[in-house]
Amino acid sequence: MSVLFIMIPAALILAGIGIVAFVLAAKSGQFDDLDTPAFRAVFDDDDTMHTQTKNENTEQDSSSDA
Amino acid sequence: MSNESVQPVECNHCKLAVPVGLIEPDAEFQFCCNGCKSVWNILHGAGLDGYYTVRDAVNPDAQRVTSTDGSYEELDDPSFQASCVDNLPGGYAQTELLLEGMHCAACVWLIERLPTVIDGVVESRANIRRRTTIVRYQPDKVKLSDVARALDRLGYAAHPARGAAAREARVKEDRKFLIRVGVAGAIAGNVMLLAIALHGGALEGMAETWKNTFRWYSMGLGVLSLVWPGRVFFIGAIAALRIRVAHLDIPIALALAVGGLWGSYNTIMGTGEIYFDSLSILVFFLLVGRWIQHRQQRNASDHVELMLTLTPTSALKVNDDGSTNRVPIEAVEEGMVVEVEAGGSIPADGIIETGETNLDTSFISGESRPILAKIGDEVVAGATNLRSPIRIRVTAVGDSTRVGKLMHLVASASADKAPIVQFVDRIAARFVLIVIALAAITMVYWTMRSGFVMGIEFATALLIVTCPCALGLATPMAMSIAMGRAAKAGILIKSASAIESMSKPGLMILDKTGTITQSKTSIVQSACNVELLAMAGAVEAHSNHPIARAIANGAQSETPLVATEINQTVGAGISGVVNNQTISIGSPAFINSIMPLDSKVQSSIDSMLNQSLTPVVIYSDTLGMGIVGIGDPIRDDAAHAIDSLQRLHWELSLCSGDHPKIVAEVAKEVGIDNATGSVSPEAKADHVRALRSEHDLWVVMVGDGVNDAAALACADVGIAVHGGAEASLEAADIYLTTQGVGPLVSLVSLSAHTMRTIHMSLVFSVCYNAIAAVLAMTGTINALIAAIIMPISSLTVVAMSTRKWKEPR
Repeated sequence: MSVLFIMIPAALILAGIGIVAFVLAAKSGQFDDLDTPAFRAVFDDDDTMHTQTKNENTEQDSSSDA
Repeated sequence: MSNESVQPVECNHCKLAVPVGLIEPDAEFQFCCNGCKSVWNILHGAGLDGYYTVRDAVNPDAQRVTSTDGSYEELDDPSFQASCVDNLPGGYAQTELLLEGMHCAACVWLIERLPTVIDGVVESRANIRRRTTIVRYQPDKVKLSDVARALDRLGYAAHPARGAAAREARVKEDRKFLIRVGVAGAIAGNVMLLAIALHGGALEGMAETWKNTFRWYSMGLGVLSLVWPGRVFFIGAIAALRIRVAHLDIPIALALAVGGLWGSYNTIMGTGEIYFDSLSILVFFLLVGRWIQHRQQRNASDHVELMLTLTPTSALKVNDDGSTNRVPIEAVEEGMVVEVEAGGSIPADGIIETGETNLDTSFISGESRPILAKIGDEVVAGATNLRSPIRIRVTAVGDSTRVGKLMHLVASASADKAPIVQFVDRIAARFVLIVIALAAITMVYWTMRSGFVMGIEFATALLIVTCPCALGLATPMAMSIAMGRAAKAGILIKSASAIESMSKPGLMILDKTGTITQSKTSIVQSACNVELLAMAGAVEAHSNHPIARAIANGAQSETPLVATEINQTVGAGISGVVNNQTISIGSPAFINSIMPLDSKVQSSIDSMLNQSLTPVVIYSDTLGMGIVGIGDPIRDDAAHAIDSLQRLHWELSLCSGDHPKIVAEVAKEVGIDNATGSVSPEAKADHVRALRSEHDLWVVMVGDGVNDAAALACADVGIAVHGGAEASLEAADIYLTTQGVGPLVSLVSLSAHTMRTIHMSLVFSVCYNAIAAVLAMTGTINALIAAIIMPISSLTVVAMSTRKWKEPR
């Protein structure tokens, strides 16, 4: 049982780290906007490079069709 | 292909149907308008076709592209840049822009791809809720006006976000609020874990050392919760006591303080109950409720702020050499000459130097008819120029203008308005007395029976279990749910206390121009051949006069008519040729000089003049004579809404700055008995103030103009209607986002529903508290029962606050 003498403070320290991390995150503005990130999640091809290559592909496709 | 031209064709950009006339049979892509076409070209050219993939995935409502083609020069002005643009190290600059038309994920996607559309922009971060984007750019490579123009071309008209300092303070406040909720939650969770061990130990048996260790840990965490996130309740209670008003914070702070102190004493002495689990849960629940309400209120005020930013904030400065350039409104100075385009609003008080026009001053004076303004006439800031461009020499700017002075009135009215003591706070006052009395009885009884320690023990238990947690949570929940529902019905509620004031019938004072009427000159009465009116419309399309525009808008024609040989007689009438027929339109005197008026026309002219309408006669050789009455039409839903409100026992009156005759006429039409006209803005505010002191009922003011703003601020509840002036938005507690006064009925019904819900919650929580109080007074309660009762009662009332509401139709 005496292990609890170490485990409880250890658990509380972990909780304390969590709280500190949360406070820092909130202060840096992580939670200012809770709506837009939900929308960002639906953008699957994020980088423009990728979009451009996809574009070229479709152009090639259409030229080969012609 | 032939098949396709029969079926409706979808616009390649916005997916709305392409008008038949715009379908190009040979083109690969079809567009419903030029706006959509140019956006499609920009996106395609920049390789941003991914927009359509995202858009189709989220499938929002289709929206046509609306670009304003503004030059946005004013954004490059140094005085604007100094106040709204942050210069960052490394040659970057950053500013926040409010965007019209941003509404879905695809918009966010596109706006954040701004760097690929325009060189020099490094980053664009959109915020969908506030409809803003923060743009970081390199000022030496790209001008801010270019960035704004690029956004505009994509269909998002950009407006600079002002008041950065105030916004920063609010963001900080929001963060603090969230931190308190998070910390309170974390502490409550940990204390609960310890409490489970303690309660379990009490049932199963537990070594004294362990029990004490757990109690000391609980105390440490519990006290932390009380002094960090829970501090707000003590601050609130002290503030309420200092100004001697009842507030729900008082009983909460009392329970927290007594529970905390006695729990600490018991921990140190190793005797009795500790209540830190209940206390930290209490702090957490109450903070969650308040945070939800705070967020909902923030939502409403953010929307209003956006609306404020949409009002024009620039002026066209005329330089000495006659050229013009756009400057922000802050840069306008006395003695400067500014040009006001037709349709623009006047940026400052001044005197007309060149030009002649009609002005719409309804926002400032409440007058519904356009005013003729000539060279040398004084004009006031905020008036809308209806007809032709004018140049004015500025005589007063900012606070010294007529509007500025009225705004001072608004500020002072808001300042001396006594805060509404909310329902829960009134209950709280009685609650505190009852609870303290019960606690005193309990303490005296148990002290006499089993000693002082037992007396304090049971009195403390009583204070904690009767803490109005359920009520403190239920009210904000019910209020924020109501605010959310209201927002969906087109009503933005800025302060929760307005809901309570709207729940019971009271006095409602309505403004006329712009509130009950549309504040837009159009044809109200017509005794005219449709064909003749259509031809008149074609002639009037050549004139900018407000009456001409009313006829041109009112005339409906299946085939577009073209008028030629237009001949205008200033101040009298106009004539032209349509389909080889000469049409003359004008005042009765003007037509009388061409063709004597017959008695039928003469009698309709008289009846129109009686109703304060402006009669306009139309004459053609072949189709004869017709007459239309021009005025300010009453909103379609006004009569119905007013009838519904009166049936709900609201006492309505009309109060307007317009001519008394017109006011009386409108009042008669919508069924209001009590109407006054020619009321100045100051008199309006005094009228509201007088009514408030005379009657016990809530006084509600509904208006739209600058002339109503002071009255809106004075009233218990100020409601600004859609399209209102910026000053009225700021002064009002509630803002209607949809046209008309119909939402007022929904608002009244929703408020009554919300207050019923809160009353029910109150009954429920009082029952819980009564049971708990009896248990505590009889000495049968312990910390475990307290810990169980508290969350159950809270959850019950939260569930109750989601009660269904049916919008009246």
